[in-house]
Amino acid sequence: MLCESSPQILSGDGSAPKAVVEFDNASVAYGRRTIWGDATFALMAGDFVGIIGPNGTGKTTLLKALLGQVPLAGGSIRVLGKPPGRGNPFVGYVPQRRSLASDLAVRGYDLVMLGLIGHKWGFGPASAAERRAVDAALESVGAQEYADEPVGLLSGGEQQRLLIAQALLTDPKLLLLDEPLASLDIKSQHEIVHLIAEIRTSRQMTVMLVAHDLNSMLEMLDGIVFIMDGRVIAGSLDDVVRTDVLSRLYDTPVHVHVTEDGHRFVVGA
Amino acid sequence: MGAELAGPTWNIVQDLHDILAYGFMQNAFVAGTVVAIMGGVIGYFVVVRRLAFATEALSHGGFAGATGAVVVNQDPFLGLLVFVTCAGVLMGILGDKLRGRDVAIGATLAFSLALGSLFLSISSKLAGEAVNILFGNILAISPGDVRFVVIFACATLLALGVLYRPLLFASVDPEIAEARGLPVRGLGIAFMVLLGFAVATAVQVVGVLLIFALLILPAASAQQFTPQPARATLYAVLIAIACVWAGLCIGFYLPYPPSFFITTLAFLTYVVTRQIAPRRLASSSRRRARLVPASS
Repeated sequence: MLCESSPQILSGDGSAPKAVVEFDNASVAYGRRTIWGDATFALMAGDFVGIIGPNGTGKTTLLKALLGQVPLAGGSIRVLGKPPGRGNPFVGYVPQRRSLASDLAVRGYDLVMLGLIGHKWGFGPASAAERRAVDAALESVGAQEYADEPVGLLSGGEQQRLLIAQALLTDPKLLLLDEPLASLDIKSQHEIVHLIAEIRTSRQMTVMLVAHDLNSMLEMLDGIVFIMDGRVIAGSLDDVVRTDVLSRLYDTPVHVHVTEDGHRFVVGA
Repeated sequence: MGAELAGPTWNIVQDLHDILAYGFMQNAFVAGTVVAIMGGVIGYFVVVRRLAFATEALSHGGFAGATGAVVVNQDPFLGLLVFVTCAGVLMGILGDKLRGRDVAIGATLAFSLALGSLFLSISSKLAGEAVNILFGNILAISPGDVRFVVIFACATLLALGVLYRPLLFASVDPEIAEARGLPVRGLGIAFMVLLGFAVATAVQVVGVLLIFALLILPAASAQQFTPQPARATLYAVLIAIACVWAGLCIGFYLPYPPSFFITTLAFLTYVVTRQIAPRRLASSSRRRARLVPASS
């Protein structure tokens, strides 16, 4: 599905030279039940796409397929030209969560540090280089101020920043975020979206973000991947963020309101 | 138990000299200290992984193993070790499915204790042994048992040292650890094996019923003071050692079992730290209002 407004999103026949993510007729099934299929699209470096769809359609499964945690029932997925595999340092992941346990008495700093050294056996203090890397990651998300607090005491937005910092430590080319805006207030949603957009631009990173509420990020997105009736479809905002498409997608009346200056708002979802 | 002594002189050096003049007290100090160190370290993970109740259940289940071993003329420690380690592996395999399964864990625990009571009625040799298994008898620990305790505690500590960072990652944030390619499930099972070792070892000091005192309370107290994992582990070890040493010294002069004093001290430490620490945290952290859920 080639999109005029967003030329980075290509029709994915796998021939695109530097695609970061390529889906080629990929499908995922649990037992005999197909979660979704027909997924064919490609994302280039620096693309920022939202993944939307009703509850239980397999949005998280799509991220897990990219992480190599869910096997494909058919077709193929390539991440930076290779099949998805666990522990790929080029893929950063911020999983969905209600929030970190409120009684988790671990410093934000240590949580982020584990993203860098947590896979190494043994114990002992982090090296100076590792501490510098963590400091830099904390700075890039603006989380230095509260990095010494127990994460359980932090707000949802602050926890998200720490998790994003952790995901950035390995300098990934692809960042996967599963509902990073859930349970955040409007201000925090806005801040997190802008932070992600800024990181995307400065690092030329491809970002895939699962979301329910589109409004807070519509201006930032290059495209949308939506999952409906077991199919995965990638498109531009013009293709997807329309009253008829979204109403069909969510199976309930949804109105897309376009302001005079061209901003879109989704109402009634 | 020092009944012939007049009591402490309150000269610590002199008192310690008196106490350590006895071989059984030396054994108790060695075993108690080693178990305290192990308990502090593994306790940190028990608390972070929210396995406090599972640990308690594992330990109580050990009663069936220990009494069962006596029935078939085996060493109770061996029976305990085998039973607790197997139960630990089973819990580890169930893993996440165990979370929030208080009733299922409790049911298994009740069944294990029932088995223990059956074995108790079968064997006449058990009458005296049972109290030791339940509440520990560190003053009667033999040099051979001390050797057992030291070997198992050191092996547990060594393994925890090797697993430390991946285990911490998998305990704090299993989802991301898994995405990073860590064997989260395998680490969980390995941890439960080590917990089995730790429980079987700690039972020598405080018995199956008072295991909370050494495997959980010191670590839970330590976490009130610092959010840094390494520091919290160190504090837990220090608290556990302090409780064991003080408990042994008090138990030496008073005609009551040290496991009572060790547990009481650990309990008091926990209660006091809970009272003090939240205020400390509140004053050091910027309190902010909880965020309201946005439309989603």
